[in-house]
Amino acid sequence: MAGVQVSNVSRSFGAHKALDDVSIDFADGGFYALLGPSGSGKTTLLRQIAGFDFPDSGRISIGGESVERVPVEKRRIGMVFQNYALFPNMSVADNVAFGLSVRGEAKAVIATEVQRALDLVQLGKLGARRPHQLSGGQRQRVALARAIVTKPRVLLLDEPLGALDKALRVDMQIELKRIQREIGITTIFVTHDQEEALTMSDRIGILRDGRLVQEGPPEEIYDRPKSEFAATFLGDANIFRGDATGNGIRLPDGTAIAADVGDRLAAGAKASCAVRPERIRIAADPGVLDAANANELRGQVSKRIFAGNNSTYFVERAGQTLKVIVQNTGMDRLAEGQDVVLRWSPESTVLIAAG
Amino acid sequence: MAAQGAIASHNGLRKALPWLAPAYLWLTVAIFLPLSAMVFFSFMTDLPLSGKPWAFTLGNYAAFFSQSLYLTLLLASLRLGLEVTLWCIIIGYPAAYVLAKVLKGRSREAIFLLVILPFWSNGLVRIFSWAMVLREGGILDTALNAVLPFKINIDLMYSYPAVIIGLVHSYVPYMVLTCYLTLQAIDDSLIEAGRSLGASRLQVLKRVIIPLSMPGLVAGAALIFVPVVGSFMEPRILGGRTGTFYGTVIEDQFVAVFNWPLGAALSFILLAVVLVILAVASPVLKRAN
Repeated sequence: MAGVQVSNVSRSFGAHKALDDVSIDFADGGFYALLGPSGSGKTTLLRQIAGFDFPDSGRISIGGESVERVPVEKRRIGMVFQNYALFPNMSVADNVAFGLSVRGEAKAVIATEVQRALDLVQLGKLGARRPHQLSGGQRQRVALARAIVTKPRVLLLDEPLGALDKALRVDMQIELKRIQREIGITTIFVTHDQEEALTMSDRIGILRDGRLVQEGPPEEIYDRPKSEFAATFLGDANIFRGDATGNGIRLPDGTAIAADVGDRLAAGAKASCAVRPERIRIAADPGVLDAANANELRGQVSKRIFAGNNSTYFVERAGQTLKVIVQNTGMDRLAEGQDVVLRWSPESTVLIAAG
Repeated sequence: MAAQGAIASHNGLRKALPWLAPAYLWLTVAIFLPLSAMVFFSFMTDLPLSGKPWAFTLGNYAAFFSQSLYLTLLLASLRLGLEVTLWCIIIGYPAAYVLAKVLKGRSREAIFLLVILPFWSNGLVRIFSWAMVLREGGILDTALNAVLPFKINIDLMYSYPAVIIGLVHSYVPYMVLTCYLTLQAIDDSLIEAGRSLGASRLQVLKRVIIPLSMPGLVAGAALIFVPVVGSFMEPRILGGRTGTFYGTVIEDQFVAVFNWPLGAALSFILLAVVLVILAVASPVLKRAN
């Protein structure tokens, strides 16, 4: 087990900068999600850590040992691939045994370790099957067992749940988390699914165009995004753009929005405010809304989407469509076309420097 | 399930019949009829065409067993087939691997074209151009002596190696093509998975890539072994007097001695031997798969 340090790593493919001066510290035993849209460099970064590709510059160390020029087979990592990459010519047990067998372990040791790994992923009885006889979820588990049976220093997962359907994904998320806790292995996990990143990881790194945009625990990134991109990529956000006033921003039409969270910016600078849809209160009659929520806007409901436990209202206001999510409490429902008042607190408003 | 499958395949067959018919009609006319005639000839004392009297006999088949020469030549031809197949694997498999897994885009297309180029030239022309290269004072001899400081004498013409060279050249594209197809179907992530588990490139090759490309190797080997065992053109032109093999003896019966019945009988013995070899080998190869 070991932590992983990535320091100032850059990698270009021709003119395309796939990774641009990325530094991240992956703590020992942590569960880390690398999140980003496709082409953001997250998979390139994972492949650098794995050793399939070497950085143009920068350093990578695993457990304090410099590895940026060490080939993958000598890095002692475990990797789970998006398509599982199980060897179709081998049984499940032989797949899991592969890493121990190429290392030259004794047959008896291999048999014990393979059985233990298969038991851990709850496939103890399926060792004799062939990969094509397994379901997607089972293949996923075999791939995981194969990756951890060699006791690697780091576990790398490349969109491991991408090929599974929704219900199975949630099961596997819980399962993966359980196994990771049980063996306490440093885990780095690439995904483009923000929900997966939020629910599974201790820390998230958001990448965009080869750069690390923001990095931290899920709550921190969600509650205090440092850029419009981070705010909108991880979760939903209403973005207001205007000029900084000292305790918020002033919109082009003169409306002031107070923000208690985020950067302190010099008055007059271009700035944005981000507000999560679930933090905004909405009503037809302003009297029912808490007056302590200092930020207030008026608009008109253009659309309502009912999703069972909550409803999303789209509110038109000065050419901007705002999103408000309301829990289904069985109380008043607003109709499309209705004039409404929106209120939210400065504590729910994040001030972001423009850029 | 089984009954349903049978019904489905029955219906499928009826629908497929119009599409299969031309091919099978052609095969019947072009292969089955002449071959049947040959089977018939192989049991005759003489050709009916010559006007001489003829009778049915097993003598042509008996000739194979009564003269050790035929068995000796058959074994030599089988050995030739084995050696040529082996060389085709040694030369063709790495080329197929590079084509399928290393090269990308334009360079792959260019190299691929070079591999199938021999198919586009006349077989006889190919063999005679080898004769130009291999003979004493030929292209290879002249070129080597021009480069090397000492005098060497390269005369590979009319030798066993010359036959091997000519045959390998003719048949290596089959091995490259069949192996290329199976290698290309192997997902790159399998190779990466193997390496991530600590296997060297050689271990990945041995344990993952070669087993998975076995169908291509087997198909290529069968495509090469069978015609090489019966080959006569390369042995005759490049082998000269050393190039007497089972195939050249059969050819002699047809074009020189005009003993068609014996030639036909020898052909069918070869066919039987090859079929037995393939039948014996197939379960072994299937298990290796």
